Amino acid sequence: MTALSVTDLCRNFGGITALAGVSLDIEIGERRVLLGPNGAGKTTLFHAISGNVMPSSGRISLFGRDITRLRPDRRARLGLARTFQITNLFLRMTVLDSVLLAVGGENGRPLQLLWPMSSYRHRYEEAYRLLEQWGLARTARQVVRNLSYGEQRQLELVLALAGAPKLLLLDEPTAGLSPAETGRVVEMVQQLPRDMTLLMIEHDMDVAFELADRIAVMHQGRLIAEGDEAAIRANPQVTEIYLGAE
Amino acid sequence: MTARLGSIIAGLVVLGVLIALPQMIRQYYVGLVTKMMIFALFAMSLDLLLGYAGLASLGHAAFFGTAAYAIALLTLRAGINSWMAFPAGLAASMVMGALIATLALRARGSYFLMITFALAQVVWSVGFGWRSFTNGDDGMPGVPRPNFGWSLDDTNAFFYFVLVIVGLATLLLVAIVKSPFGYALRGIRESESRMQALGYDVWRYQFAAFVLAASFAGLAGALYAYHNHFVGPEYLHVVQSAEALIMVILGGAGTLLGPAIGAALIIFLEDYVSSLTQHWLLVLGIIYVLVTLFAPRGLVGLIVDFRQRRAAP
Repeated sequence: MTALSVTDLCRNFGGITALAGVSLDIEIGERRVLLGPNGAGKTTLFHAISGNVMPSSGRISLFGRDITRLRPDRRARLGLARTFQITNLFLRMTVLDSVLLAVGGENGRPLQLLWPMSSYRHRYEEAYRLLEQWGLARTARQVVRNLSYGEQRQLELVLALAGAPKLLLLDEPTAGLSPAETGRVVEMVQQLPRDMTLLMIEHDMDVAFELADRIAVMHQGRLIAEGDEAAIRANPQVTEIYLGAE
Repeated sequence: MTARLGSIIAGLVVLGVLIALPQMIRQYYVGLVTKMMIFALFAMSLDLLLGYAGLASLGHAAFFGTAAYAIALLTLRAGINSWMAFPAGLAASMVMGALIATLALRARGSYFLMITFALAQVVWSVGFGWRSFTNGDDGMPGVPRPNFGWSLDDTNAFFYFVLVIVGLATLLLVAIVKSPFGYALRGIRESESRMQALGYDVWRYQFAAFVLAASFAGLAGALYAYHNHFVGPEYLHVVQSAEALIMVILGGAGTLLGPAIGAALIIFLEDYVSSLTQHWLLVLGIIYVLVTLFAPRGLVGLIVDFRQRRAAP
């Protein structure tokens, strides 16, 4: 069984074709990096997989289950988590409160509206464990808006990990980071459990080749190449459109 | 822990002052403070939407007035006693809240504001226009206060009745905003898409917040009908909704204390200004402009800023 299977996915925005029939299969436990120039449709593909954009046609299935028309929160409950390219956090809340929301998980249970958050001890324990594990413990009481950009990118990752997802989508996790901060995020990704399936968009070639088992290259809404590092480096079409500058 | 202890002590002091108040001030002012408490509850209920869930509603008077009208109609037209009419009034507001939420939650931001406004105007037009049923703009005088073995017709007795109800409602609101549900509302206010990505059914939370806010607004409206022995279409009017919004914004959205202070202040000013001039709404407008310009986070926000500036070296 594949973790994620995308079949013939299309999406137009007005006259612009963002996805022109993308098909992609990702095995359980695989780490796949999506490469491609700006405007290739990578983020649209991510939005379609996570349910933030509805495809015009095509099919998406997650662990064998058709999720093409499912709402984003339903997909999340099936074990799909994602980060956003443009940092998408609870800016006026503290780091701890953000993580508390992420670990509570919400699985269609009755609304918990009578007892204070502080009485849910296991949520605090889990939140502190995550912050400890990913090196954000000392920022727990800070308001998210006041974190450095690098810390905010780390928090994006921690929020996505909090629900112990089976498939994790990372949209340019290192974009805009300093080399040191990039190193920290790469380290975080390398420490993820091996059975967690990973699909990430990454512009930094070094990061991409370091993290990926396999690489897929997108161009103008289509997948033009798939394979391991050697295959991608040897592909003349990829060299032309993506590595042409080098 | 100390901050928490501090707010508990402050709450007890306010409660103590309120309990002693009827012995210290004239009857007229006892009535005025009663009105302040009722509107504090109304403003706090709106803040659940505006400050916590991040939904700016310009139709909150619909729920305030629905409970008031339901109680007046049930007691005056159908002869049902207050024991039944009071909860029925709250239920009416709750149902109205569910109805309007279902329609309005399709939109966001200023569209949400306009839809809640439009729907509330529909409710108002029923109160205003259906003369044979609601008495139109004459309203319905003679709404009896409930009688729980002792009469609430005495100003002081009614004051204590309102104090108990508003006090309990406030405790419930505090519990709600401190609960995981309250956290989730703030999360949705900050980022709907992030909450969805975490698996939260955002609509369910917004709907629940809307119905809860409508119910608390209905409770305030019911108390106000008893307070005045009267309901009229102005209970449902957009001016009532806007006044509640200004109370929340003046005090500081996103805290429960702020809107309560804002409500008390606006009611006091309204009473004072109205004794001097007819143009209360003009003054209200000026207050609104000044607050949005100079204290966009309200009075509570000003105090927080001031403290931080003093604490900084």
